[in-house]
Amino acid sequence: MVGIALAVNQIKDMFAVVMLAGIYGLVSASFFVAMDAVDVAFTEASVGAGISTLLMLTTVAMTGRTEHEASHKPLLALILVAITGGLLIYGTFDMPYFGSADAAVHNHVAPRYIYDSMKEIGVPNMVTSVLASYRGFDTFGEVTVIFTAGIGVLALLSVAQRPKDDAAIEAINDSMHEKHLILRVAIKTMIPFILLYAFYVQFHGDYGPGGGFQAGVIFAAAIIMYAMLFGLSAARRVITQPFVQLLSALGVLLYGSVGVVSMINGGSFLDYSVLAADPIAGQHLGILIIELGVGLTVASVMIIIFFSFSARREYQQANKGASL
Amino acid sequence: MTMILGLYNYWVVIVLMMIGFYTIIAHGHLIKKIIGLNIFQTSVFIFYISVGKVEGATAPIWQEGIILYSNPLPHVLILTAIVVGIATTALGLALIIRIKEAYGVIDEDEIQAMDNQAMVNQDKEHQ
Amino acid sequence: MEGVLSLLSAFFLLIGSFLCLSGGVGILRFPDFYTRMHAAGVTDTLAATMILIGLMLQNPEMLVIIKLILILLMTLFISPAASHALGQAAALNNLPPLVDLHIKDLESASASGDKTSKS
Repeated sequence: MVGIALAVNQIKDMFAVVMLAGIYGLVSASFFVAMDAVDVAFTEASVGAGISTLLMLTTVAMTGRTEHEASHKPLLALILVAITGGLLIYGTFDMPYFGSADAAVHNHVAPRYIYDSMKEIGVPNMVTSVLASYRGFDTFGEVTVIFTAGIGVLALLSVAQRPKDDAAIEAINDSMHEKHLILRVAIKTMIPFILLYAFYVQFHGDYGPGGGFQAGVIFAAAIIMYAMLFGLSAARRVITQPFVQLLSALGVLLYGSVGVVSMINGGSFLDYSVLAADPIAGQHLGILIIELGVGLTVASVMIIIFFSFSARREYQQANKGASL
Repeated sequence: MTMILGLYNYWVVIVLMMIGFYTIIAHGHLIKKIIGLNIFQTSVFIFYISVGKVEGATAPIWQEGIILYSNPLPHVLILTAIVVGIATTALGLALIIRIKEAYGVIDEDEIQAMDNQAMVNQDKEHQ
Repeated sequence: MEGVLSLLSAFFLLIGSFLCLSGGVGILRFPDFYTRMHAAGVTDTLAATMILIGLMLQNPEMLVIIKLILILLMTLFISPAASHALGQAAALNNLPPLVDLHIKDLESASASGDKTSKS
């Protein structure tokens, strides 16, 4: 991984750099698997090696492929980096050894999460139970951050869309059909399975690695693949802009409403035990609904971001003579 | 020797972090800065996850008969961090696209030169 | 029976790893883009198949075998489609092959189509 990072630093061709960044994400995902962090590896593989590479490639396509030479000497930067690195290494001499079972991080709250999670919540995947129930408020903040990023990208990049009529979409379709025939047929058969897998990951997150974030990203990846193969206008007919904006807001609203409903039922905000007669059933219900909210928001925000980037590119290409 | 074996994961993390840091401050191209930021973020994730690993334990999914599990708390924090990282990266890339449209170049030094030139021109106009 | 199964699975896993390695060597040593892609695409798909069969024999539970078969089917679909996408992108952008074979499709495709756009 150090090799990949050094190569990213030195190479001037941005396309190669973006590909290397994708490889870096995938290698770190396999590292996470080796460290028993299966949920994290899943998320890093789908987000870091999938969506992140895709968005960076779109940006490189719009901004140019090579990097210019640096105009100032990097000596000061090197000295600063060396000093900071030295200080950090000095700071690690107090840290607990790798893999030791008596490190401070394992001693306070973690044993309670590990050993009481089955009793109090009844969900085998401890990461999901901590994420959704013990630390549910943090996850709420995270969903709001994703939603804000979607709004930000919309504010920066949205272009007023005049919906193309059917004849224009058919024309685009036909011109692309001849060139991309094999890809279209082969990938079109895979899209339903990818969507089904996204649903599987969403609802199986209680029992194995998975959950809302990974499912949302996989769902968005399937829709993005459809948009790439069949044209942005065709994809916009399937998933209209108002619909996907509504879905993203609906996810956050769903999450917040679960919290408010628990308050109405007598518990505190996001306390799922009061949602049903039996506390364990209430926990299950609460986790199900909020994971659904998370999945909705993540999927729709990723779709919004990709559609905005592509629409902007089309706008730039259409106005090539006029502005830039 | 045991110290090197025990602490080498932190040192690798620090090396990666410093490479990412250097990429951010020493390169002018904006997309490369964002990729450097990504490298920095991933090194922090590796740090947290390696801290959470327990020797001889398994993934934190409850199964019959297994007593020793890796700590799920860092996993949760890093899950959140990864998703927030992609959100900020997406916003940063959107900003870069708008900067490219406004200035025509992506390099930080050239943008600074254009801004200085614009300020000089404005001063000349006001005189 | 147990010994035969584990021996067989070890055999498949070894063949799979050897194929991966030879694919990597091929990417480095072949002279041209198209031949390199051929090395990568063919060996990758076959290596993934061998490794998955080896894994299926490791622990023959029904559920695990079904999941691995599904992964195998998906890999067989997607990996050749990906190499085709790469090759087509290169051909449509007029990357000249090392040996000029006067392929009719290449000339007509590059005449009629322009850069493959994303959307």
